[in-house]
Amino acid sequence: MTRQLYEFNGGVHPEGHKHASTSRPIGIAPLPSVLIVPLRQHIGQPAKPVVAVGEQVLKGQMIGQADGYVSVAVHAPTSGTVTDIAHHVVAHPSGLTDLCVTITPDGADRWIEHSALDYRNMDASHLRNLLRELGIAGLGGAVFPSFIKLNPGATQKVPTLILNGGECEPWITCDDMLMRERATDILAGAAVMRHMLNSDEVLVGIEDNKPEAIAAMQAAASQCDFAVEVVAVPTLYPGGGAKQLIKTLTGKEVPSGGRSTDIGVATFNIGTAYSLHRAVNHGEPLISRIVTITGNVHRPQNFEVLVGTPLTELVRLTGATRDDTSGYVMGGPMMGFDLTSTEVPMVKATNCILVKSPALFPPAPPAMPCIRCGRCAQACPADLQPQELYWFARAKNFGKTQEYNLFDCIECGCCSYVCPSHIPLVQYYRYAKSEIWAKEKDKKAADLARDRHEFRQLRIEREQQERAAKLALKASAKLAEATTDKPADADAAKKAAIQAAIARAKEKKDDVAPRNVDNLPPEKLQEIADIEARRAKIRAMAQDTVEK
Amino acid sequence: MSGLAVFLGAALGFAAVRFKVHEDPIVEQIDAILPQTQCGQCGFPGCKPYATAIANGDAEINQCPPGGEDGIHKLAELLGVEFKPLNAEHGEPKPKSVAVIDETTCIGCTLCIQACPVDAILGAAKQMHTIIAPECTGCELCVAPCPVDCISMAPIAEDVASWKWKYPVIKLKVA
Repeated sequence: MTRQLYEFNGGVHPEGHKHASTSRPIGIAPLPSVLIVPLRQHIGQPAKPVVAVGEQVLKGQMIGQADGYVSVAVHAPTSGTVTDIAHHVVAHPSGLTDLCVTITPDGADRWIEHSALDYRNMDASHLRNLLRELGIAGLGGAVFPSFIKLNPGATQKVPTLILNGGECEPWITCDDMLMRERATDILAGAAVMRHMLNSDEVLVGIEDNKPEAIAAMQAAASQCDFAVEVVAVPTLYPGGGAKQLIKTLTGKEVPSGGRSTDIGVATFNIGTAYSLHRAVNHGEPLISRIVTITGNVHRPQNFEVLVGTPLTELVRLTGATRDDTSGYVMGGPMMGFDLTSTEVPMVKATNCILVKSPALFPPAPPAMPCIRCGRCAQACPADLQPQELYWFARAKNFGKTQEYNLFDCIECGCCSYVCPSHIPLVQYYRYAKSEIWAKEKDKKAADLARDRHEFRQLRIEREQQERAAKLALKASAKLAEATTDKPADADAAKKAAIQAAIARAKEKKDDVAPRNVDNLPPEKLQEIADIEARRAKIRAMAQDTVEK
Repeated sequence: MSGLAVFLGAALGFAAVRFKVHEDPIVEQIDAILPQTQCGQCGFPGCKPYATAIANGDAEINQCPPGGEDGIHKLAELLGVEFKPLNAEHGEPKPKSVAVIDETTCIGCTLCIQACPVDAILGAAKQMHTIIAPECTGCELCVAPCPVDCISMAPIAEDVASWKWKYPVIKLKVA
């Protein structure tokens, strides 16, 4: 069973450091003292909170509702009380705060009622909607809502399904350990994906530096009721990048600016497949994931961690903080970012917490001028010209960076890794990308303002015209009234109508006999009759004046 | 020869009708650069009139504070003229902000609704008004007409979604 593999250009061989955290099995992290669950954990619109402060929530209860199309729900990771819904520092390179729901666990860890989904006999769009409500998003890093990727589109078919077990970043082993320990569950998730995408072949790409994971997956695949090909791919960073893995396994390249489904391939991280299995076959929302805690710690290990667990409580599981700890990175050393606070909560995207020390991660040497050696271009796995992108980004010539396909850059860091001048190239690309995005956003806002202003002008003009037309109509009507004679019998008709109305009213009144006169003495009745007679006289007089 | 002349004449005549330019394209191009705040700080009642005035040579390119230096550079490049620093008479560039109505003070007079150039205020007579924040351009035109001074401008704070990667500051090795 040897499959022809292809090579992508470039790539680097950083030191793996994987063994550090693979000697211990996946541990279950104990319930933390507090859970801070950010509502923005996925790409797209943040979830909308649907709980109130003081409310009791159950494990798996929805606390944030998907808002907009590109969005998924967020759930309570354990049972307890919502103690706060406020801005809290989150795992983001900016170090800024974002809206989070804080839950104080009650310790009971009581589940909300949940059950498996009968996905085979379910309408496809209903199933996707359920996955959206179960908060399933890609766990490989981008955290893209999975229900969107699981839509086979107009063709109703994505022929090739790839499970990405590449895990090419140094230090990180969460996918490796998940494959070793829960291979059958991962393939159960793949079965759901295969059903939803109507795929013909299922491939699992695993880098060949993980022989245990490959063996475990192969063993599980042999028990599977559909064909799964577990393929060992050469270890080469960034071989676990979706586009790179697709190239390696199929020889196909995702077109620039396109998506893998354009070439009939869907790629999912194996962690996503596992959480999909938990969601579909157990009805559990995405509230926990495997996180590698490694680097400058006493006992590096993988833990199954509840979303919302604060960083400090998590790192404590690997032993006391070492004195020379100089910081924390979320993700790996190539693509991860420094965390600005030790209070940040774990999110769906957290695959690894890398504890830094000056010995393990010496500060980058000062950058020197570019010597135009072209090594970055040789290392670039996206076939870009990093040196050109660098010049243009540095000169803030953003139009040119786009011409050189800046947005095909996957920010893998190979160029910076090989740069003999230690230029932080990726920082320049990130800067250029966010400037371009900001400009596009401004342009959209300006276009909206222009449209609304023009519409307002139009409306004001139309209203003026309408008013003028109305006035003209009124004036002409008045003119017409003045010129034509009034009909002679108009007054008479009016008078007759009034008479008829009076007669009707009188008739009605006469019909109603007063009810309080039944048991009165005769003198009283006489008095009433006199009064009534006077009234009738007055009424007759009044009528005479009206008639005159 | 005469046949060719007739043919070319017909072709030109057709092209004149088919590809007729309805509006001065330079006005459109200038308008595309302007920020569409519709604030009138330039002295014209909106961005389009200012664009028209620039195109006719009735206005300078440095009268738009929301567009900032960046906008002036773009206009200078488009029109092939020299860059001029922003004319302080028309105001200073300010951080982007949105109007906020203090809803407890609002008396529902609708004056701000009439002033808003982009219909970004919702309300009715004697009813509380509110700003549709995503559509507010921050032009400040609603602030002055308010008889109870309940409208203030709040600068837009940077959040996780709008945060931008900063230009790398790197230490160069001193030889």
